[in-house]
Amino acid sequence: MSETLTVPETVILEVFRYRPEVESEPTFDSFEVPFHPEWMILDALNYIKDDLDGSLSYRWACRMGVCGSCGMLANGQPVLTCATYLESLLPGPIRIEPLEGFPVIRDLVGDIGDFMNKLSDVKPWLIRDEEKPVEDGEYLQTPSQLADYKQYSMCINCMLCYSACPVYRLEPEFIGPAAIALAQRYNLDSRDEGAEERMDVLSQHDGIWGCTLVGECTEVCPKGVDPAGAIQRYKVSATMDYFKSLLMPRSSS
Amino acid sequence: MNPGYRLYYPRWYRKRVPIFWWLHKRSYAVFIARELTSVFVVYAVAVVVALVLTLNKGEPAWEAAMSRLSHPLVITAHVLVLFVILFHTITWLNLAPMAIVVKLGDRKVPPTAVLIGHYGAWFACSVVVAWLLLWR
Amino acid sequence: MDSVIHDVLLVGGGGAGLRAAIAVSETNPGLSVAVVSKVYPMRSHTGAAEGGAAGAVRPEDSLEAHAYDTISGGAWLCDQDAVEAFVEEAPKELIQLEHWGCPWSRQPDGHIATRPFGGMKIERTWYAADKTGFHMLHALFQTTLRYPPITRYDEFFVTRLLVDNGRCQGVVAIELASGRVQTLFAKAVIVCSGGGGKIFPFTTNANIKTGDGMALAYHAGVPLKDMEFVQYHPTGLPFTGILITEAARAEGGWLLNKDGYRYLQDYDLGTPEPKPVKRSMELGPRDRLSQAFVKESQAGRAVSSPYGDVVHLDIRHLGEAEIDKKIPFVRELCLKYQKVDPVHDMIPVRPVVHYMMGGIDTDIQGATALDGLYAAGEVACVNINGANRLGSNSLTELLVFGARAGRAAAQFAAAQPAPSAALIAQAEDEERRLKTEFLDASGPERVAPLRKEMQAAMEAGAGIYRNAEGLNDAVETVNGVRERFQRIGLDDHSRTFNTELVSVLELSSLLDVAGAVLDSALARTESRGAHQRTDYPDRDDDEFLAHSLVYRSDDGAPRVEFKPVTVTKWPPGERVYGRKASDV
Repeated sequence: MSETLTVPETVILEVFRYRPEVESEPTFDSFEVPFHPEWMILDALNYIKDDLDGSLSYRWACRMGVCGSCGMLANGQPVLTCATYLESLLPGPIRIEPLEGFPVIRDLVGDIGDFMNKLSDVKPWLIRDEEKPVEDGEYLQTPSQLADYKQYSMCINCMLCYSACPVYRLEPEFIGPAAIALAQRYNLDSRDEGAEERMDVLSQHDGIWGCTLVGECTEVCPKGVDPAGAIQRYKVSATMDYFKSLLMPRSSS
Repeated sequence: MNPGYRLYYPRWYRKRVPIFWWLHKRSYAVFIARELTSVFVVYAVAVVVALVLTLNKGEPAWEAAMSRLSHPLVITAHVLVLFVILFHTITWLNLAPMAIVVKLGDRKVPPTAVLIGHYGAWFACSVVVAWLLLWR
Repeated sequence: MDSVIHDVLLVGGGGAGLRAAIAVSETNPGLSVAVVSKVYPMRSHTGAAEGGAAGAVRPEDSLEAHAYDTISGGAWLCDQDAVEAFVEEAPKELIQLEHWGCPWSRQPDGHIATRPFGGMKIERTWYAADKTGFHMLHALFQTTLRYPPITRYDEFFVTRLLVDNGRCQGVVAIELASGRVQTLFAKAVIVCSGGGGKIFPFTTNANIKTGDGMALAYHAGVPLKDMEFVQYHPTGLPFTGILITEAARAEGGWLLNKDGYRYLQDYDLGTPEPKPVKRSMELGPRDRLSQAFVKESQAGRAVSSPYGDVVHLDIRHLGEAEIDKKIPFVRELCLKYQKVDPVHDMIPVRPVVHYMMGGIDTDIQGATALDGLYAAGEVACVNINGANRLGSNSLTELLVFGARAGRAAAQFAAAQPAPSAALIAQAEDEERRLKTEFLDASGPERVAPLRKEMQAAMEAGAGIYRNAEGLNDAVETVNGVRERFQRIGLDDHSRTFNTELVSVLELSSLLDVAGAVLDSALARTESRGAHQRTDYPDRDDDEFLAHSLVYRSDDGAPRVEFKPVTVTKWPPGERVYGRKASDV
């Protein structure tokens, strides 16, 4: 921190606006908001909505980085606005836009319906051949087995990874990082027996093979889920399964 | 009022992906560069395969191929190709621990071990190939 | 107007709503279920819960012990039959969730691990690191994806319940993406929309906790029960109000005043030991801890900070390894939002509004006084939490009562005829009201200043310690805000994803909830649990071992009645923490 760095009184936000009832193309509105060192981008957006322009639409809820609602682009980078200090983006102006890869409904609100469908497609639930009755207690799982999939269970569905992924933008059929990471979370769960079922969906061209390992998804993930790693691991296991089935067609996989 | 707006059916805005999307971020540019290096890998493989096939065609064909390959411009170009495929190999080997997670009993094999394993294997193969070409 | 019809409709898609939806499908797979939520279900506030969910499973534990801890923690305001049912079903529901994939933390041998928690004599809190609510919510949500009869209506804001012939038969909702007002008929409606912490300015709650479900039932003539009981969680970060889970204290954290002294020992909460002692000191009940803070602060022994008085939560002695293993999210939150590393520094904390014990009056099946209307979760008041909720009972409550309400609603719905067409007229009335009173509103008042004024009045008048004068002042201010609310004006008159319209509707709900809290607080002239009156400092079991019920009236003040608490096995006694007592 240099001594000549002065704390500004205000900072400018250039905010993406899209009002389909009024205009057919998006515009940018400029807002001057007070600067506080403890403010996140979200606090600035709330100030704009409360005090400057009540018509700014955006999503937010928990403001503590766990609900995944507030993903947006700040100066072109996908971030959670509730977890990004204004200070880190000084001197401004700071450009705020909705996440890429999703059609924009209004202002900073994108439609995530495509992701919700893909989430269902990968069967993100515990699949078992036979369910144990509740009376018989819990399925045993050691801390080490829990650690196997723990990282992939931390996804908050914020979709920063989809915004960062160029494949998803160029080929919208691609299932995408979060959905595959979630499938892996269940595949690696020692209680799950559904890996084969999920393989059918994931080993398509739009599944894991759509990924070209750009790696940006892991870079932007705010929860350290490492979807790129999940996908590459899955590629390795899918390939091995394929060869196993070729070489040993009679053994049950 | 936007005349294109129909009550309860707002048109969603879909941004077009620009042709030079990959110039917008350094990581994207590096990614594209890495992908393009595969072209050079294909070229290098083609050169080796062509050399192997020339072996079958007898001494004069081999000598002709060697003299073509010894031209200074060709050597310079191939040195560049060597650097490019080294870049390719190193970036891909560095990604190996991401894809290969091995558990021995209860403990995970540390990523550095996977990395060393891959580099070690590469080194060993290179030694074998060098021995074949240079001593035999 | 467009309408759809389902058998059972959930208002709210959090832990209780999703559990209820699954329960309906399991009870009767032929019923169609609608989950209507103003946000995508994974955004529900269940996901912010951290500490854990209580269920008696250890061999040294018993259902009686869990029940006693809950009832004494609730200052005997809990309905004991409901608590008995709750503690019995708790372990089964938690195991069911485990079967659905919830990643509970484990002991080395693979069995479920439990941790101690505030007010509990024996360890019975199941946990998933310190993101229990998050993992529960996602496990439930992902499990609902496998039930085809469940249809989701994501980002639909319910504005009104449709009632005809004394029966609730559906809802009217705005599809936020398009602004279209939709009628959703149903043979049974379960409200699971969460609490209303946003009536206060400083709260752990998300922006979406605006008491909409409570207001819906309130306007339909259903009473709200025990609204005066608002829980302050003792440890929230100053400025943001972000929750620092009780688990930090359960793992051994200490609360220190400005002299570095564990001040809780001065408040009849036990003597300080180096390791946490259950039901003692920092593991006492939340209301007592929050009240102790206020007293310390009044005595000038709290720590001054740019955001007011705080105390210090010290977990440094746990060591980095333990912190990263047991409470990693606490460390993450402190680093990010307070720029403090709890491994090396103490965390500044202060009490923050967290939970509403009160809510829609339901019986132990989750049914309300209105046929066809059920409620479960924080929005409901059964009442198992009494005057003060013990930590980790709420997450279990979502599962137990979500399932009970789901089963009850499924049975009810199966026996009902199709909703009557007369309701379309009601729905069209509602559509007109939304347009003229809100969407087109262009009065001089703005949402944000009105909301802030109401919140400030609530903090001043209905905080941890209350008295008649403060409460009456708050009533006056809130009434003033409500009156000015009639002259609201919007910047945004469009239909497409109009979040200003949503905040106006939410403010309307908040005003209803705030009024109910204040009226109930005025009527209860005693101190019990989280409701402390300096003008009536004693607990009065003769007159007030009863639930307050506040009914809305169109004109003038709402009326408040009382109905007695159900006592089965545990006669009211003294709440003892930190010292031996003969009846514990």
